[in-house]
Amino acid sequence: MDPILDGITKAFQLIFSGDPIVYGIVLRSVFFSGVATILAALWGTPIAMLLGLREFRGKSLVKGFFSTLIGMPTVALGLILLLIFSRAGPLGPLGLLYTPGAIILGEAILVTPLIISIMTQAIEAVDPEMMNLARTLGASESQTSIAVLKEAANGVILGNIAGFNRAIAELGVALLVGGGILGTTDVLTTDISLYTQRGGPEGLAMAIALAVILLLIVFGINLGIVLARKARILFTFGRSPQ
Amino acid sequence: MKAWQTILIVAVLATSVVIAGTLVYFDFFAQRRLRISTTTSLYDTGLLDEVKKQYETTHNIDVNIISAGTGIALQQAQAGDADIVLVHSPSQEQTFLTNGYGVCRKIIAYNYFTIVGPASDPAGITGKNATEALKSILAYGRNNTSTMWVSRGDNSGTFTKEQSLWTSAGYNQTTISTESWYATTGSGMAYTLNVANQKEAYTISDLGTYLAQQNALSLKSIVNGGKSLLNVYSVMAVNPAKVSNVSFNDAIDFIKWLVSDTGQQVISNYGVANYSQSLFSGAVQPLKDNSPQLDISWIQSYAFFNSTECPTQYRDDHPELYP
Repeated sequence: MDPILDGITKAFQLIFSGDPIVYGIVLRSVFFSGVATILAALWGTPIAMLLGLREFRGKSLVKGFFSTLIGMPTVALGLILLLIFSRAGPLGPLGLLYTPGAIILGEAILVTPLIISIMTQAIEAVDPEMMNLARTLGASESQTSIAVLKEAANGVILGNIAGFNRAIAELGVALLVGGGILGTTDVLTTDISLYTQRGGPEGLAMAIALAVILLLIVFGINLGIVLARKARILFTFGRSPQ
Repeated sequence: MKAWQTILIVAVLATSVVIAGTLVYFDFFAQRRLRISTTTSLYDTGLLDEVKKQYETTHNIDVNIISAGTGIALQQAQAGDADIVLVHSPSQEQTFLTNGYGVCRKIIAYNYFTIVGPASDPAGITGKNATEALKSILAYGRNNTSTMWVSRGDNSGTFTKEQSLWTSAGYNQTTISTESWYATTGSGMAYTLNVANQKEAYTISDLGTYLAQQNALSLKSIVNGGKSLLNVYSVMAVNPAKVSNVSFNDAIDFIKWLVSDTGQQVISNYGVANYSQSLFSGAVQPLKDNSPQLDISWIQSYAFFNSTECPTQYRDDHPELYP
């Protein structure tokens, strides 16, 4: 049988037989990227609020800084973090290298600029009249900024989803600071690379199965957004009734 | 309090939870970890997966394997990111020992490198020894300019062997690596074999990785055996007196298991089921017996330092490892 066809057949067998190794990898991937995205959202939201709502000197410089960092090559960030987390590095005593925590922190750092940039744009796009209205209605400073955030919910959600997609699809950080240790820090991307390299019929089938799952996750999320937009769910989400 | 300040505090707390969670988990809840930094050839063949599986059934420890070339593996160990190294480059191992980073070196296995190439053998290396074969490949490559040789180009044990073979063939690897017939992958053994396969070029591989990949390759193993292609794998513990935070006692337990009859059998039997021949030969018993086999005397002259696998000053009070 043709090795490629054979690989694809075996890959689907792996996916549908509920292979515990495959699903362990998927769970780790989703968990690490999910927690990383939540962390990045928590770091990013206050920064995006400052950038979107306040005026201060050097603001465009800060915005430009984060926009530039969106393009950070993942292996370069992975290398920087490897040097920092290594026992010989500044955060070495914590012993984080080759642990899930290192991957989560690394991916959070990777996607923070992306989330900040998208959220800032969304907040800036909110009609300034809305803020004035909220203040006139007696809202406090804090309530006003929450109201703006709700109004920008679309962009906020999109930013976080884009962040999650980048986190789950990246290889450099997970490989360099996670080490791809089987059963502990290996994720979809590191295992696709590992099993492709190892080759052989089993390796190829595993790599194809993991790649199919990764594509399903990423495309599935994006398709969900498109459909939700069509159904205008996102556009009305979080908007206060008028 | 302003909304952004609240979120910022939550963010700091969440970050601390992730870091503290990881530390607490690995310090108190997870099984102890034994971090092994290893060469790609031992990992890509799947041998270490088998070793891990067997070792963990009898030992309450989580074996974590990080695969890289020998050079990187030794660097990681020096930085304190590994407890054990499993490598195959005697010259680099000697430096590692004399710099004080490694102790308790044991030779655990051996096999041979092989020069592989297209079945048509355009450079005509069949029947030649390793250095003569490299000379033919170089001469043929210079006349054809298309890629004829694919090199690892990393600091791996395989690459170190390749460099020394070019030297004994009378060439400087650094100089010829810039020529158009010479390609460098900078990557692992399995990947490099695949590149050579796609480009229909020659390369040097350890026999284990080649056999494990053989089904997916149209490359043939052309030059085999001989002292110049000997490949010796050793294990070393990272010296706790030089590098902090290493699990030295667990490392010694692991080394003792590897050199035990059980461990040696796992190594020697690995691959028989799938490839109908073993990928590695255990080295412990024949070395202990000082058996009169040819390859044992080759190991002694190639991978021994001062006529021993580990000079006494690097044995760190574990004479039981050296009966």
